[in-house]
Amino acid sequence: MNAKTLFEKVWEQHEVVPETVDTPAVLYIDLHLVHEVTSPQAFSLLRAQGLKVRRTDRTLATMDHSTPTDPDEVFGRVPIKVESAAKQVKELEKNCREFGVELLGLGNEQRGIVHVIGPELGATQPGKTIVCGDSHTATHGAFGALAFGIGTTEVGQVLATQCLLQRRPKTFGIEVQGRLQDGVTAKDLILAIIGKIGVSGGTGHVIEYRGSAIEALSMDERMTVCNMSIEAGARAGMIAPDETTYRYLKGRRFAPQGAQWNLAVERWRSLRTDAGAKFDRVVEFDADTLEPMITYGTHPGMVVPITGTVPNPANDAVHAKSLAYMGLSGGERLEGKPIQVVFIGSCTNARLSDLELAARVLKGRKVARGVRALVVPGSQQVKREAEANGLAKIFTDAGAEWRESGCSMCIGMNGDIVAKGEYAVSTSNRNFEGRQGAGSRTLLASPATAAAAAITGKVTDPRAFLTEMKSVVHS
Amino acid sequence: MEPIRSFESRTVVLPFTNIDTDQIIPARFLTTTTKEGLGQRAFADWRYEASGAPKPDFILNKPEARGCSILVAGRNFGCGSSREHAPWALLDFGFKAVISTEIADIFRNNSLKNGLLPIVVDEQSHQWLLQNPGASVRIDLEAGTVQLPTGASIKFTVERFARYCLLNGIDELGFLLQKDAAITSYEQAHA
Ligand code: SF4
Repeated sequence: MNAKTLFEKVWEQHEVVPETVDTPAVLYIDLHLVHEVTSPQAFSLLRAQGLKVRRTDRTLATMDHSTPTDPDEVFGRVPIKVESAAKQVKELEKNCREFGVELLGLGNEQRGIVHVIGPELGATQPGKTIVCGDSHTATHGAFGALAFGIGTTEVGQVLATQCLLQRRPKTFGIEVQGRLQDGVTAKDLILAIIGKIGVSGGTGHVIEYRGSAIEALSMDERMTVCNMSIEAGARAGMIAPDETTYRYLKGRRFAPQGAQWNLAVERWRSLRTDAGAKFDRVVEFDADTLEPMITYGTHPGMVVPITGTVPNPANDAVHAKSLAYMGLSGGERLEGKPIQVVFIGSCTNARLSDLELAARVLKGRKVARGVRALVVPGSQQVKREAEANGLAKIFTDAGAEWRESGCSMCIGMNGDIVAKGEYAVSTSNRNFEGRQGAGSRTLLASPATAAAAAITGKVTDPRAFLTEMKSVVHS
Repeated sequence: MEPIRSFESRTVVLPFTNIDTDQIIPARFLTTTTKEGLGQRAFADWRYEASGAPKPDFILNKPEARGCSILVAGRNFGCGSSREHAPWALLDFGFKAVISTEIADIFRNNSLKNGLLPIVVDEQSHQWLLQNPGASVRIDLEAGTVQLPTGASIKFTVERFARYCLLNGIDELGFLLQKDAAITSYEQAHA
């Protein structure tokens, strides 16, 4: 038998009709996640053509992007302020009711950012094909699933047929050896990888992250890495499932139960890249020497170690335009740069361990005067857990705002925005112009780095703050 | 969808690399539940002042951009989000094709499904296009060529099936629905 990569195995198991020169493969989709922003036009199409949702049991909807994070709006005590968002929420409620799709709606305890709740509920599983009308669907690849973002036309196709027409992408192995040092996180790792291969380095490829440094990561950390595969231009990112994966999934709502569980794990164990399997491209990476990273420009590949300076390439008009937007100059040191906003949240870094890390920095300290710090849990479950174990209190005691779950300031379409010209250290994944609000200036970093900036009001190396504390929870 | 074969237009040039979907259509306009009217919002933050007044210096606001249906952009156009609002906005603005040396995967897919041609050309032809904004260019999907006023003809490829659908005005959903029997037997085998 041919040696195969993890990607090839999952792909081949889902070919309803293999691709030919003339036609793409018909690929079966195991799980379709739906949210309010990229689905309305797809449901309209179904309605116009008199079609049904083929597999409501493989379709799960939630709301996260345009939904508010203010508890009064979420729980209906006051109307949703952004009127068009309120309409979108209503539209999804109506569509799910009409087509029989399970919706984890605004007041639901299991609601959250779509890429946080899929894993949390155990719907995300090794070997599945998972799609959503959102590019960060790559997150689910952390479980050894083939998960990628699709557009609204494709959302309609999957709703109607549970299938997509796909050309087989190329494979890209990223081997990460060594170990991350304390204070250096999965976020720093993926930022460094994007810095190295570039924001279009993965175009046309599915990445598999491998090597000892990847195997040592927790599921939360693996999700952070896979999440930003799209920021490297890749279609998807994957990590082979192992004991860490199984331990995470066991007992979750949609995970196989009882005897089914053992059978599933047995099946999942075969989902590894065979020795001798070939990737179309391979890059090696060393985790040992990695430092906390921070972006300085207007795409995630414009990134340097936090102790570094803003690069200053000669005759690069695009670089200059980006720096002008950011109000930074080539050669400038980033550490010590005053900031006005800290955002700890998003599908990249708003799971419980991310909040724990931020709390390790913030405990017993205060958010600097003049800084707005917003902590937004990735799901209602993360919120409840953080409230039960004392993390939320650490944030509010420090003077940070503590919200209901949602995309919040990551995308700035729900009322949470960074004002024009302000600097925000954010744990999200995109620093594009205007991403967090028109004129906003985003510096992407880990939750530890973001928390350190909240305390000092400046770009700050988090390592000094972290060494002082080992455990904050239950202490 | 209307079949697309060939068309001719002057070009508009946005020479920046990595133009992302948040620039093409900022997120605050994504709360719409329809596809219509997004052209007004295309490149909103580059096109309008905070007051809503158009910025006279921005190319899409200049008289010479009127009626142009070909956008020439820097490398890695359309990176970022899967929002199909990006091609919807460009189409609604009047564009029928985007030319670059590299176009992001999801954006390319979304474009093809809506009849916006994502055209990848070689570095040298791209340089010529960047340096000659407003050039009259002919795009022939059937022949797979971009014809420059210099007489040069640049080859491009579009994924075969997408090309077939575009040339014949065929809808992919219809194609998938015809696979119903195969899908059902797959489901039975994998239940
Ligand atoms: S948190 Fe940000 S990146 Fe993640 S799904 Fe929401 S908007 Fe997209």
